[in-house]
Amino acid sequence: MKAHLTRRYIFSASHRLHSDEMSEEENRATYGKCNNPYGHGHNYTVEVTVSGPVDDQTGMVCNLVDLDGFVHSQILERYDHQNLNLLSEFEEQVPTTENLCIAVYEIVKRGFRKAHLEKIRIEETMMNSFEYSGENGRTTSG
Amino acid sequence: MKGAVDPKSGFVVDLRQLKDVMSREVLDALDHRFLNKEVPEFLTRIPTTENLAVAIWQRLSPKLSAAQLHRVRVYETPDLFVDFFGEV
Repeated sequence: MKAHLTRRYIFSASHRLHSDEMSEEENRATYGKCNNPYGHGHNYTVEVTVSGPVDDQTGMVCNLVDLDGFVHSQILERYDHQNLNLLSEFEEQVPTTENLCIAVYEIVKRGFRKAHLEKIRIEETMMNSFEYSGENGRTTSG
Repeated sequence: MKGAVDPKSGFVVDLRQLKDVMSREVLDALDHRFLNKEVPEFLTRIPTTENLAVAIWQRLSPKLSAAQLHRVRVYETPDLFVDFFGEV
């Protein structure tokens, strides 16, 4: 029996949406208030969905202690209370929540071996969220 | 649930029928029970949320005729849930 398990985590960070490939005017037109020079903050909610067979002995897809431990040390330690623009993955990429989703997905995909990563979903506010399921999955925003 | 939208009723499923099946097959058996001792499935399986989702699927799926069961989602806490799509 294959099941999907989803765990939600919260972290706070700031960002400024600004692309070096655009002029000041284009940046302003594209990102609006999000282009303000000193940035702004969000309380992000990250949903990590993993899947796999329900183990006959344990009854689990994976041990939550393992998943929590990985996400705390590799994701929350990295992003919580940070200015996203200063992190290496956003040196050449705008720290939109789309790109943040992909960055989180890549870290979990590369490092977490205890279950199959299905999807990363990030709520930037109560009103918007983004999902990334890898190159062969679906990327949606809404 | 998923299925075609019935042209007459405009429903995928009659919610009253779903509620009746859900109450009879699932809630009556699980609500206020000690899962380990009072629910037959968990005499042989550990009552994790994964196994709870599977058990609910197995109870519901054969009793639903009008539309197809698509997913069972069980929230253990607001921060943790399991989805089961009937995949073997």
